[in-house]
Formats: sequence, C-alpha cells, structure tokens
Amino acid sequence: MSGAFLSADGLAPNPLAGIDEAVAERLLGEALASGGDYADLYFEFRCGADFVLEEERVRSVGRALIVGLGVRVLRGDATGYAYTEELSAARMCEAARTAGQIAASGRSVAPVALARLPRSDTYPVPEASLARPGADKVALLRRADVAARAFDARIVRVEASLSEEWREILVFTSEGRLAQDRQPMLRLGVHAVAEEGNRRQGGRSGTALRRGLELFALPGHTPEEHGREAARLALAMLHAEEAPAGPMEVVLGPGESGILLHEAVGHGLEADFNRKKTSNYTDQIGKSVASRLCTVADDATIAHARGSINVDDEGNPGRRNLLIEDGILRGYLQDRISARHFRSEPTGSGRRESFRCQPLPRMTNTLLLGGQDDPEDIVRSVRRGVYAKHFSGGQVNISNGDFVFSLTESYLIEDGKLTAPLRGVNLIGNGPEVLRQVTMVGHDFRLSEGTWTCGKDGQSVPVGVGTPTVKIARITVGGTRTP
Amino acid sequence: MKTSPLPDPRRCQERAEEMLAYARAAGADAAEVLVRDGSELQVKVRLSEPELVKQASSRALGLRVLRDHRAAVTYTSDFSPAAMRQFARDSVELCELAEPDPLADLPERHEMARTVPDLDLWDETAPALDAAQALRLAKRGEQAALQFDTRVANSEGAVMGRVMGATAFASSAGFSGGYRGTSLSLVVMPVCDDADGKKRSGHYWTASRFTSGLLDPEAVGLEAARRTLAKLGSRKIATCQAPAVFAPEAARSLLGQLAAVVSGGAAWRKSTYLAAREGTAVASPLVTVVDDPLAPRAPGSRPFDGEGLAARTNVVVSEGVLRIFLCDVYSARKLGRRSTGSAGRGVGSGPHVGTSNFVLLAGKTPPSELERVPQGLYVTELMGFGFNPVTGDWSQGANGFWIANGSRTYPVSEITISINFDDLWKSIDGVGNDLDTRVSVQSPTLRVSRITVAGT
Repeated sequence: MSGAFLSADGLAPNPLAGIDEAVAERLLGEALASGGDYADLYFEFRCGADFVLEEERVRSVGRALIVGLGVRVLRGDATGYAYTEELSAARMCEAARTAGQIAASGRSVAPVALARLPRSDTYPVPEASLARPGADKVALLRRADVAARAFDARIVRVEASLSEEWREILVFTSEGRLAQDRQPMLRLGVHAVAEEGNRRQGGRSGTALRRGLELFALPGHTPEEHGREAARLALAMLHAEEAPAGPMEVVLGPGESGILLHEAVGHGLEADFNRKKTSNYTDQIGKSVASRLCTVADDATIAHARGSINVDDEGNPGRRNLLIEDGILRGYLQDRISARHFRSEPTGSGRRESFRCQPLPRMTNTLLLGGQDDPEDIVRSVRRGVYAKHFSGGQVNISNGDFVFSLTESYLIEDGKLTAPLRGVNLIGNGPEVLRQVTMVGHDFRLSEGTWTCGKDGQSVPVGVGTPTVKIARITVGGTRTP
Repeated sequence: MKTSPLPDPRRCQERAEEMLAYARAAGADAAEVLVRDGSELQVKVRLSEPELVKQASSRALGLRVLRDHRAAVTYTSDFSPAAMRQFARDSVELCELAEPDPLADLPERHEMARTVPDLDLWDETAPALDAAQALRLAKRGEQAALQFDTRVANSEGAVMGRVMGATAFASSAGFSGGYRGTSLSLVVMPVCDDADGKKRSGHYWTASRFTSGLLDPEAVGLEAARRTLAKLGSRKIATCQAPAVFAPEAARSLLGQLAAVVSGGAAWRKSTYLAAREGTAVASPLVTVVDDPLAPRAPGSRPFDGEGLAARTNVVVSEGVLRIFLCDVYSARKLGRRSTGSAGRGVGSGPHVGTSNFVLLAGKTPPSELERVPQGLYVTELMGFGFNPVTGDWSQGANGFWIANGSRTYPVSEITISINFDDLWKSIDGVGNDLDTRVSVQSPTLRVSRITVAGT
C-alpha cells in the first residue's frame, strides 16, 4: 500500500516533518506580538483506520488523515485560541496573530529559546498497527465473529469492529519547552445479540490500549476471548430480572467499577473547577473527603494503558499524581492556568481532544488502590444488595457531586451469594458521600482495559479506570421494582 | 483585523466535484463526496472578565467510493490537488479489503434530488458579529444573572458562539448541490452555594439560526439565575411510584432516545424493541412525531439528505401508531423498501440513518395544567446512559421538583426514575402546548401517568 495514509512511524512523509524550532520560534513571536504573557503551539497529525464486520461480511473500511495546528495565547487567565488545518506559513501566521488578539495591549514578552524535553516512552510498540496489511485486521475480526457465533446457538447477530490510530503531537511553548509524542491506540469491539423466544439481549466486550497488533496475542485479549465474552454477556442477560429500587449495599467488582471514581471524585478534583470554586472539593486540600480506606491516584505512566500519556498536551511529562491518601485530599489535577493560580507545579494533566481545542485539566488513568480485604469476604458480608460487574457509562454534576452510572451486568446478592442477574440498573449518589460509605476494599486491584472515553466541555479524551472489589454500605439503586 | 472569507457552498461544490472526478479516474465504479467548510467564533466571559476567545475556520472532505460493490469511507483535510489525487487512489485501493455487498451501492439515479430548496438558513447579519461584540453580549448575560440575587455569587461563565458553515455534496449517482447556514447561541451558567456546602449550578440558553431569533442576553441571564436559585435546598425523596411531568428539555432527551428505536438501521438489525411493530400503537394517541428537514430557519433543516436524496417530511408516529422507520438507502434495501430520505452523513463517516428536525407536535394543554396532579415529580434534567434499545429497559438519574396539590414545592435531586420505554410512551396522558424549538430534537412538556422513583 502506498502513500498518504501511511505516515505512521516514519513509513511515509510525515506532514509535521517540516516543523522545526525556527518555524516555531517565528510563530511564537507572532503570537506574542500583541502583548500576551505566554503562547504555545500544538501541532497534531492523526492517521486512523477502521474496519467493521457485520453479518459475517466486512461491510466497510475507513481511513482518516487529520493535520492541524492550534495556537494558544494567554493573558492572565484569559485564553486566545485559533487553529488551522493548512500548515502553510501564511495560514499558521494568521492563526498565531488571531490567537494573539486576546492581549490587545500591554508589553510583549519575548519567547525563550526552545529546548527539547527528554523523552520516555510508556507505550513503545514493536510496529505500528497501521503499517500492517488491512487483511491482518480483517482476519482478527473474523476470529472474533466465529468465536461469538460458535459460543451458543442462541447468538443470532454479531458485529465486530477494529479501529486504529496513530497520533503525533509536537508542542512548543514560549517558555522554551519543546515536547513531542507518538500515541498509538488500537481498539477492538464485539457486540453479540442473543435471542430466545421473544427475548433479545445484547452483550459487548472489547479493549482499547496503546499497542500494536501484538495486543491480540495477550491473554484476555485474543479476538476469540472478546467474541465469547460478548456472547456470554448477551446470554447472561437474557433472563435478567427487574432490579430493586432504593438504597442498599452495593459491591463493586474489580476493574470497570473505577468509573465510579472517575465520576464521583475525579472530575471534582480537576483544578479548573476548584480554581473557580465551582467544585464541592474547593478548599478541601488536607481535609478528609473519603473513608480512610480510600487512596486514589491518577496515573499517566501505566504501560500501554488507554489513558497513559508520555507528555500532556501542554508539553509537560505525564506522571502519577496522588489525589486522595487514606481519605485525605492531597491535590488536584492541574493544567497550566490552574497551576499558576495555585502556585503549584503542573501535574501533566493538560489534555485536549485535538488541535481545535484548548487544553483543560483532565484525568488519565484514575485508580482506587487495593486494600486488605478478601474479595470473597466482601460479597459474603452482604445480606441483600447488588453486585456491579459491567458498566456502560456514567455522568456527574461537578458542582454538587451527584452522579449516575449505568450497569450492563449486575447481580442480586442474597445472603452473601450472587443470585439473579438484574436488568436496567443505575446507581445514583453523591461523590463525597459515597466515598465515605466505602467500608471494605479488596486486595484484588485491577485496571480495566475497556474502551473508556471521557467528555468535558465537548472534548473527548481516552481514559483508563481501575479498582479492586469495593463495598459501599449504602447507595441508591435505580430499578423498577419498589419494595 | 483580517477576516477569513465566508464559507462558500459553491467553492465546496467545486471541490466535491473535483474529488468525484479523481475518484472515477482512480477506478471507482461510483463515488460520493461531502465537503464542509466552516468558521467558528466562541467567546466566554466569567465574572465579567474575558476567559476565552476562539476563532478559526476549518474544512474537511469525506469520500465514499465503491468498486465491485465494495465500499470504503475516507476523510481528509488536505485539499491540494496532488494530495486529493493520491487520496482518491488510496481510497479506491482500500475497497479491496471490504467484501461485496450489492445493497451498499449508491442510490438509484431516479431517487436523487432534482433541486436544492432555499430553507432560509443563512443570516446575512451573522458575519458582522465580532469577538468584541460577542464578549459584550456574553458579559451582559452573565451580569444579569449575578445581579439578580445576592445568592448568585459565582458563575461558570457565559458563552456566546457563532458557527457559519457551508456543505456540499456530489454523487456519481447524479446529484451535486450545496447550501450554507448560520447558527448563534448564548448560554449563561450561574453557581450558587447551598446550605449544606454543596454548589448548585444551573444554566439557561438561547439559540437560533438568526441573530434576530436570539433572546436578549438579560433575559437569558435572569432565567439562568431563576433556574439555579430554584435548586437550592435540593433533596432526595422516598422511593415511590408517581406521575412524572417532563419539562421540554427533559422530554427532548426522551424523544432523542425514541429516534434511535425508530431508525431503519436498528430495525433491520433487530436492535430495537420496535422491530416488528410498524403499523401498531407504540405510544399514547396524544403522541404524533414528525421528522421535518424542510422547516425554514429551523436548526436541523437541510435541503437534501446525506446521500443526495430530496429532503421530505416524514410522519413517524401518528396519534400513537408507528407509521414508518426512518431509512437511508442501505437500511431501506435491507428492509425491502425505499429510503425515506433520512440519511445523515458526517465527513468522517459513511451514510447512516439520522434525524433532521425531529418534532413531537405540541398539544393544546398549557404546561401548568399538566402539573395539576395531587402529587408527582416534575423532571427538569435527566442524567446517565440507562437505556437499552433492544429491551426498552430505561432508568435514568433525574433532577427536578416535587409536585404537591398541583404546584411545584421543593427541588429534588439524586434520584433515578425507571420504567420500560414502551410503557413510558404508552402512558403519556398529557402533551403541552409549549414546543421548544431551540434545537433539532423538539418536544413540548409531557406527562407520564406513573413512573418508579428510586430515592431514600
């Protein structure tokens, strides 16, 4: 295969190849000409492909190629932003000038000479998946499809999809920082539908990690395993019962339940909300905000994880940030504007969806660390409650901490044992309150390797979540069956 | 200040036709091209200070090519002739990876649109709005909220936005056309401190394709402040069953979920609980839903669909009876029928079933009358992802007010409401006369006779 699609990993001309320090210094000078305090340039090149197999047939193949420059100029807390998809000198210069208009007056700051940030790589890939023939990816989809349909005669439909992306970023700042990163992402998803009489149910399984095709040789991630898991889930839910409604004990299974952390506390610890005093964690650093059993970290350095970043989109290294330690709030997730406000160091949390967007403080991989309890003891301790295993997503209101999340696989717990599968279950609660209700934390920490995407102010970024088994003494379960 | 040229549908159309020619030259049997060119202005003011000024123009091209009934869908923003030619060649080559599916072919020639009606989507006065003016409008909106009541002590700001865009589409099945549109919006987001240390945030917004269709910034700010203050003292309520009145904003999200289950794509995949229900009652007789792309000046209007078929108004649900599934060409062929002209298309994706202006027609009842129940829940916001379109299981987080003796009493939060989606639509016993036309999914106030509330 030739040409324009394959710029991954030096295979073909990279549209950012001509962007060097001289170009950047000129543009930064232009951006600050009207008197801004600070400017940065964000060059992005994104090359993606996707494949969909449906009704045992490759229905569609797609490719995308996106290149652009975002220019940001800060004047105090105010941001000027402009972008262009055309990397000609004239258009880049126009973007720099437009962004600079935020600072229509005042003295101008000269940009500092650029120095390259040392690189580390938490997600090296032996070979970019985009460099492999498309037929290899189609073969993976077929394996998932065959395994899902072979799982049970009641599986009537299977859809399998694979998408891959290679993203290169180059960040230049007027303070002299030059950072670059290559961010691969490979995703597989399988959706199976089971039918029995009049009942139908769907089940999903999948993964998304910063890896090449070697991903699908890892235990738990072969296409067959994802195919079978989607089929299993669809079948398990065929006979699911109506869920109870009202407050009760809930056990969160390891891994995916981390989305509770993400929604219940993670967003509230993003520094922009605290700087503006619109989060319920405002002015709470050093105070108890959770049960002593809770230690929460946001870790951008987990090898190959979906939420990991070597550098953030402001050019700071990704790192591990302790947010809550034994229930005490230790810090926020900072972007540049907030870090200056709090006079703290950047935490490597400034992220953006693309060159079209200004960076915001965001999560990477958000984790509740493992505790002392045996997961089986945790389930055994519940007389009547709900066991949460798989989630479709969650949402939080940052200002008051109210959150909802929706379960796709859950079970009733009766006298310490999992019994009936439940359908249509939501959990609703309040972040700070629910973290105080954590009464047991298992020693079985697990990182979810699912496809989690976080939305904020209209910008989506890939994230990871992880938890051990956790017991929550009281949370409202939204079902249809009233007591 | 130097301004970029306005989005020009004719120029987009030339680009689309150019790419079509490259695709044919590269060996495509058939091809269609979507070109978008847009310009964006967004400003944000917080506590009266400018926080963000964002201005940019952007363009992109989406191509679908077919060779031997094999399809590939590709996307680029590089419009240089050399890059476009290479892109066309690569796209055609990609088709080899797909498998033949004759149903995936382009529409028949006779199905294509003949004309491009003018739907009055472009406001000649919109381009004159500059960043400084937009900042002033946003500031006026926010100040109205902050000055309304001393308890409105904080703010997430006010955002004013303007989008101007041109869209062109060219298909080898025999269509080429383009159009342009503007849209403007202002949102104000006050924050209040509640007695228990919680913050309460709220918002109100105005949006229109025309500057003259926007509410005054002051009116937006005042309503935002009122709505935020009304949330002070929110509490949970006891688990119960009660009637629920959905404000238009919340009703709209129900209607958006309905759109997903009346889609032809979901119907042939049997991924909707309505798959076998055409011609039968799927909602209360009070419910009539139309998809109307031809409404002048409306937010979701478009003169042709994502495959170049003429736009047409479809009655989807008529007095509770499901009349049709909305179809693009592929789902129509799968179901053995004709497209309803309902293809949506983004530059980064192939055609799919989509809605235009999806409207639940207003009834005759004033919304205040719908609240005349001895007790019930008035729902202003829904949260979460709790909808399974295959089974109709539906459970969402909700905020709103408790109704006692026909009027709203205290604010309610941190509850979920649950019901089967089929039952929800069938148990609608009131439709308000207050259609909300700010967005493309439009509903008036709706009342559902009984719903399960999970709280304390």
